[in-house]
Amino acid sequence: MQREYTSIAEIAGPIMIVEGVSGAKYDELVEIELAGGEIRRGRVLEVDRDKAVIQLFEAAQGLNLRQSRVRFLGKVMELGVSEDLLGRVFDGAGRPIDGGPPIIPEKKLPISGEPLNPYSRDYPNEFIQTGISGIDGLNTLVLGQKLPIFSGAGLPHNQIAAQIARQAKVLGEAEEFSVVFGAMGITFEEANFFITDLRKTGALERAVMFINLADDPVIERITTPRLVLTCAEYLAFERDMHVLVILTDMTNYAEALREVSAARKEVPGRRGYPGYMYTDLSTIYERAGRIKGKKGSITQMPILTMPQDDKTHPIPDLTGYITEGQLFLSRELHRKGIYPPFDVLPCLSRLKDKGIGPGKTREDHAGVLNQLYAAYARGVDVREMAAILGEAALSKIDRVYMRFADEFERRFIQQGEYEDRTIMETLTIGWELLSMLPRGELKRVRDEFIEKYLPKSVRE
Amino acid sequence: MAIGRIVKVAGPLVVAEGLTDAKMYDVVRVGKERLVGEVIVLDGDLASIQVYEETGGLGPGDPVEGTGEPLSVELGPGLIGSIYDGIQRPLEAIQQRWGAYIRRGVEAAALSRTTKWRFTPTAKKGDAVSEGDIIGAVQETTLVVHKIMVPPGISGTLEEIRAGEFTVEETIAIVRGAQGKRHELKLRQRWPVRKARPYREKLPSEELLTTGQRIVDTLFPIAKGGTACVPGPFGSGKTVIQHQLAKWADADIIVFVGCGERGNEMTDVLMEFPELEDPKTGEPLMKRTVLIANTSNMPVAAREASVYTGITIAEYFRDMGYSVALMADSTSRWAEAMREISGRLEEMPGEEGYPAYLGSRIADFYARAGRVVCLGKPERQASLSAIGAVSPPGGDLSEPVTQNTLRLVKVFWGLDDKLAYRRHFPAINWLMSYSLYSEDLAPYFEQRVGPEWNELRREFMKLLQIEAELEEIVRLVGVEALSPSDRLKLEVARSIREDYLMQSAFDDVDTYTSLKKQFKMMQLIKAFYEMGQRALEQGIDIHQIIELPVRERIAKAKFIPESEFDARWQEILNEITQSFEQVMAKAGGAYAERVH
Ligand SMILES: Nc1ncnc2c1ncn2[C@@H]1O[C@H](COP(=O)(O)OP(=O)(O)O)[C@@H](O)[C@H]1O
Ligand SMILES: Nc1ncnc2c1ncn2[C@@H]1O[C@H](COP(=O)(O)OP(=O)(O)O)[C@@H](O)[C@H]1O
Ligand SMILES: [Mg+2]
Ligand SMILES: [Mg+2]
Repeated sequence: MQREYTSIAEIAGPIMIVEGVSGAKYDELVEIELAGGEIRRGRVLEVDRDKAVIQLFEAAQGLNLRQSRVRFLGKVMELGVSEDLLGRVFDGAGRPIDGGPPIIPEKKLPISGEPLNPYSRDYPNEFIQTGISGIDGLNTLVLGQKLPIFSGAGLPHNQIAAQIARQAKVLGEAEEFSVVFGAMGITFEEANFFITDLRKTGALERAVMFINLADDPVIERITTPRLVLTCAEYLAFERDMHVLVILTDMTNYAEALREVSAARKEVPGRRGYPGYMYTDLSTIYERAGRIKGKKGSITQMPILTMPQDDKTHPIPDLTGYITEGQLFLSRELHRKGIYPPFDVLPCLSRLKDKGIGPGKTREDHAGVLNQLYAAYARGVDVREMAAILGEAALSKIDRVYMRFADEFERRFIQQGEYEDRTIMETLTIGWELLSMLPRGELKRVRDEFIEKYLPKSVRE
Repeated sequence: MAIGRIVKVAGPLVVAEGLTDAKMYDVVRVGKERLVGEVIVLDGDLASIQVYEETGGLGPGDPVEGTGEPLSVELGPGLIGSIYDGIQRPLEAIQQRWGAYIRRGVEAAALSRTTKWRFTPTAKKGDAVSEGDIIGAVQETTLVVHKIMVPPGISGTLEEIRAGEFTVEETIAIVRGAQGKRHELKLRQRWPVRKARPYREKLPSEELLTTGQRIVDTLFPIAKGGTACVPGPFGSGKTVIQHQLAKWADADIIVFVGCGERGNEMTDVLMEFPELEDPKTGEPLMKRTVLIANTSNMPVAAREASVYTGITIAEYFRDMGYSVALMADSTSRWAEAMREISGRLEEMPGEEGYPAYLGSRIADFYARAGRVVCLGKPERQASLSAIGAVSPPGGDLSEPVTQNTLRLVKVFWGLDDKLAYRRHFPAINWLMSYSLYSEDLAPYFEQRVGPEWNELRREFMKLLQIEAELEEIVRLVGVEALSPSDRLKLEVARSIREDYLMQSAFDDVDTYTSLKKQFKMMQLIKAFYEMGQRALEQGIDIHQIIELPVRERIAKAKFIPESEFDARWQEILNEITQSFEQVMAKAGGAYAERVH
């Protein structure tokens, strides 16, 4: 059967139409050979009788209707994997850019993966200590979770992600996390920050990086996270590693997706993003977790910058609907000089409840975190009210709450970029803060824990 | 059956020509791997097919074969405790045979072909039987007696019926129909998912579906056979409340449909339910539960089907005479699947790209709920309650799925992210939510719990309303500017919110509250309110009332286990009375001092 054609009818942005084709299959990989012998790749997005619509994985530059040759390869896009991936840096399409030799694959895996059977999943419930109180204490990360950072331009999401990559550990396990890093459309400086940070701590040998920079082809960004996750799945489920996946910036990914959709003239959904973006994002985010009978795990930390800091924008919105919680960053706290500037109230770890408590962190953890949350929420309300009415209009107890909110931000949330707090230290700070409140206010903690953990000095 | 040929593949949609005898909604087998698909448009010689599996590798020229049968489920012993994908493929069997990932083209029977079930007939040879008649039973789990019914459309004389151990495919009875037609009955039936199963008659709802969730049972109750929706932005608690209902609702059978949501949430149910005990029987909750899981990353067309698969299974158990509750998390993902297929069909889009028939599909779904008189003998009543989560983009309730749903369902539990942010769970907003069953259920509460229940409920609602109004004032002038009586109302409303409505799903005791305990908890708050009002009338300072230590005991009453509750409740009630007596006793002197 003929599998090579020169009958390109149309190229529009990332979409190419080839006519007179026979035997093309949906989703199969195609290679386009340019006049100079250079190879570009793409996949069949739709096939209608003898017409194939192809989505390019790489830039369309240099493609030409008459001289380019299109080959249908009869297979899907794959990534060659082996342990030699560790320590290497690739571009967003999977080509080495660190000057190292090509990878000799142990095997090739399709990059789009297959859905994990819910019956085969193991529920993530093992505590990861990140050393950051705002996470460990309030929005605990667990092994196999997907927990994104919802950030905004100019906020220190990269520093936080790097700090987590440095400090994350499973208590009682010596083995450290392997990091698989995917960059979509970030700047050279940002990418370099991660590489330097990983190198400094010696983590680069346990890391694999796929980097598509801001000036690299937009269209490659659709492939990048899939390469990252295929690599992570191999390391986690075939090489027993705990893998931390960092994907940044998912906003650039979603924009690439919109570009493809627009080029196909699909009916746009909210704000021009395709109606299937939820499903598409889920095929990335759901590739996190644990599998019964396997030692390794994939913990995902996608980073996205919210356009105009708007959390109802489709990118954070659909992400939040899929991921197991989210960490919001606050411009206001950042301006106050608080690092990490977590916007505490809307932050959530959906898996925390099964990752904390006796045997994991400590028996009082759930009560403490609920009480801290409730108290801080009230303190923030009061602070707003005080801004309008003045402190004089506040009741005595409201004033206590207002002071609490300030102290909470200053002592609990705020910490150093290299400060690695144990969970016990975090809980201790929590109790010290709770001791600011009258005991009758501690409705969310069990009496026995108050007796046991509330600092003695204030218990009269 | 004619064999057709693919002419076009676009994602989950395949167009084929030459399927000359295909009918709408027929199942077809697509490609060499014989993927399962369904005809959704017929146009001349072309049939558009939604394929329930990944279509990668399919192309023009590949064969498509009709089956002549609509998309159907298998109904029989073995359903309970199972987890299926959207077209009823058993995920446990798939994992055993194919490992952790769901490959394309996998096939496995929904009900085990080898398991033998002990069938005990209740009808006998020579009986005249007709559709829906119960002819015997199988003890499927310790919690569920699986009634074996004459399938709809069959009637005649029971020519033979056998007791003993059978697989679902073996013949257990033979019915001779009117024209001498012979029907072999098995433990299993098939039913097309898009067609509601028949019943004799619909009845109004008058019995409570007790959920053990205080805000639900007290303020916004759902009746058995009722419909409810839970809209809310991400993280507001839709899934947790649905799980809570699946755990604690006093239905006989639970069908939980995980439609386009997270894989781990289904895993959570799978791992937790076998460990949890049914409060009534002490048996594991999994023994009354059927799970459908078509998570977000599984094929989108099967997600569209999952809701129908779930409700058909639910109807089947209803037909046995049970009260069944179905949860669908989330109906928005189902609607989105419809939208995606509709887009590929290049249909004229309606609002926000959803197809114009969105509203009628949602209506058809909720119409399958209800309290009914079942078909057949013995005469029996049953109910199917349907509770759907809705995931509005950006939390904006004006979007089409929410709006279409609100037109149909009778209970609205509106989740509020502001409550969730302050960790007030369940984050059901008490000002915006409603239940149209409250009035219908008033007699039920009066008889089953106590005559004052309805009054307490009304009073709680009123105080919450007043609180909202007072808070407006406080925002303008500060709390100290309120009258003592208004301050008391504010404090009591706070107690209603924090001590009563707030309920942790993750606390062993708090997770479930019986109606009786709910009633008594309400009485404590009410007692404090009444005595507080009286104290104010006597000139007691509001701050003294607010600072009474007994308030902490009222707040923590929810953590008292059911078994100890009555005794401890009495203590707390006494303490409230004593606290106020002490305050009043001291009042004379204190009052005199303040005057000077
Ligand atoms: N009408 C249908 N409704 C739902 N699923 C069906 C239907 N027909 C076939 N299937 C699916 O296909 C599987 C195999 O069906 P079967 O009729 O045995 O196919 P074949 O004739 O190719 O062996 C079933 O287990 C079921 O999952
Ligand atoms: N009743 C509850 N008790 C305690 N926590 C709850 C409750 N309801 C929700 N939550 C918290 O809120 C989080 C999000 O709830 P979830 O039901 O997953 O939200 P949604 O489905 O609306 O996105 C949960 O992970 C849990 O931490
Ligand atoms: Mg067969
Ligand atoms: Mg949910």
